[in-house]
Amino acid sequence: MEPVLEIRNLNVEYGLGDRAVRAVRDVNLTLHRGEVLGLAGESGSGKSTLAYGLTRLLAPPGVITGGEVIYHPEKGDAYDVLGLSDKALRAFRWAETAIVFQGAMNSLNPVHKISTQLTDVLRAHEPKMSEHSRNARAREMLKLVGISPDRMDAYPHQLSGGMRQRVMIGMALILQPQVVIMDEPTTALDVVMQRQILGQLIELRERLGFSVIFITHDLSLLVEFSNRIAIMYGGRIVEEAPAATIYRDALHPYSRGLLGSFPALRGPRRELTGIPGSPPDLAGMPSGCSFHPRCPQAFEPCAPHIPVLGRPGTPDGAARSVACWLHPTEQPVG
Amino acid sequence: MRYFLQRIAFYLFTLWAAITLNFFIPRLVPGDPVQSLIAKFRGQLSTEAINSLYVLFGLDDDKSLWTQYIDYWKQLFQGDLGLSFTFFPSPVSQIIADALPWTVLLVGITTVISFLIGTSLGVLAGWRRGSWTDGLLPVTTFFSSVPYFWLGIIAIFLLTGPDSFFPSSGGFDSALIPAWDQYFIPSALQHSLLPALTILISSVSGWILSMRNMMVTVASEDYITVAHAKGLSERRVAVSYAARNALLPNISGFALSLGFIVGGTLLVEIVFSYPGLGFILLQALGAKDYPLMQGIFLVITISVLVANLLADVAYLLLDPRTRKEG
Repeated sequence: MEPVLEIRNLNVEYGLGDRAVRAVRDVNLTLHRGEVLGLAGESGSGKSTLAYGLTRLLAPPGVITGGEVIYHPEKGDAYDVLGLSDKALRAFRWAETAIVFQGAMNSLNPVHKISTQLTDVLRAHEPKMSEHSRNARAREMLKLVGISPDRMDAYPHQLSGGMRQRVMIGMALILQPQVVIMDEPTTALDVVMQRQILGQLIELRERLGFSVIFITHDLSLLVEFSNRIAIMYGGRIVEEAPAATIYRDALHPYSRGLLGSFPALRGPRRELTGIPGSPPDLAGMPSGCSFHPRCPQAFEPCAPHIPVLGRPGTPDGAARSVACWLHPTEQPVG
Repeated sequence: MRYFLQRIAFYLFTLWAAITLNFFIPRLVPGDPVQSLIAKFRGQLSTEAINSLYVLFGLDDDKSLWTQYIDYWKQLFQGDLGLSFTFFPSPVSQIIADALPWTVLLVGITTVISFLIGTSLGVLAGWRRGSWTDGLLPVTTFFSSVPYFWLGIIAIFLLTGPDSFFPSSGGFDSALIPAWDQYFIPSALQHSLLPALTILISSVSGWILSMRNMMVTVASEDYITVAHAKGLSERRVAVSYAARNALLPNISGFALSLGFIVGGTLLVEIVFSYPGLGFILLQALGAKDYPLMQGIFLVITISVLVANLLADVAYLLLDPRTRKEG
């Protein structure tokens, strides 16, 4: 499969100098054309920071300290997003990668009409477009996400949470981007609305052919909606594999811990287990594998040495990677 | 619209309450305005003259408080605020009409300028947080905590004198007669510069601070990140998303400050002996001139109420969330 976005050795820190907190560490991740890549992990594992970092939306004091984000446009040569000039970056944003943010409630400006917020993207990116066709396009997007176009003149507070998030999805697709990053898009919604919206999004993806990076802490949603899943812990990717493989046969003890902490809808009842301990303090990360203090299977190499992400020696090892001393690797990724 | 009518009804009620209080308070104060007038004429008034003064002020004994109250309202509707003692026999409405333009022009124009400058600087300082503009903050904090009359006294002390361009008191050169001509207007402008500057310097800081803080608060809202992510130009994000939303509390603050134009800068007018309403009020207080005080309080009350109404209207126009459906 052809890659559309390649993240290489990305490092993001908050703050400068000795007291900087490394929130994303040496992350290598590839998003392929047309796939849904799930990104899971506890709060503070760096998944949102990764998303903000690769679109250069980090608010100060967040800084990208190293790495590359290679974008492959549909036509033309690949380029590094981190090296774009401000002007090129503005043109890149939303036209190539759009984002649906967490917190559906606050993503829309409360004082502007829905129509204004949909059309100002078009005004910024396609200045030659006429007012009439801008409005027509905005109406079309609302229809696409299942909102009656006569809500164009509504203000955000006149819409429900689910409608607002659908407006955001419509807004994300208005320029037909190649990549849509969804940062906990349905966290603020009830479960029924969550499934409705995600189902609609997957259907739109099949129709329009964009790729999705889907960030959530809800692994059960990922297993259902994504093609591949990457698990983050302490700013690093600890395991990455096709969704079904992770679900059936996760290799990293942390992935297994995550999977064990939500109930299955079908199948025999089983005891729910949590992961003991709490997420690591990013400012004072444990040595070696950062999961080792909480890991039930930790042994000698875990504390002193950092395991690298690479292909495990299992039969399906070619399609997956893991960073764990239980599965030492011959072929590191990145 | 219904909401709006409700507000208007509320303001009419408040106005009625304020005027009623305005009527009763002087009558509850011990002492008698006629007595102070007699004192002013050093007893050279006949008994008949004193009696007619009581009638004139509506203080003749055979009228009940209720009848006086009704008469007071009747007079109000005719624009008759009574006669002043201090400037006897000028009617209060005439004195207020003479003093009001001075205050409204001086303080009104400075308030508007101060709001415009302060808000734009605040937008800039809030948007460029962390740049050199942050160095302005201690200075603005200092000036916003300095009372403006004190600043006025310092300005008079430092900048005025026999050879100075700035006059230390008054609203115009006393050799001139108030008129719209080429001698009077420059003189009035020259006299207004120093009081205007003191008000401007001490009030602009408040606008800068509040606008900057609102900008900083709004800048961390999700919709600002979304606006950046949408690839909108920096200018569009700053103006149409951040400043537009941060402006809301400042607008209502501005409308309220319009209400205080009339009464709020009393001390500046006193310091500069500026012939505005505040200066007149000081004289009225000194002379226990109740009709004049009542008249000035009435004007202040009305302007505060009108300003509040303006704030409500501005908010309805600017913030769709305050508009009720239907």
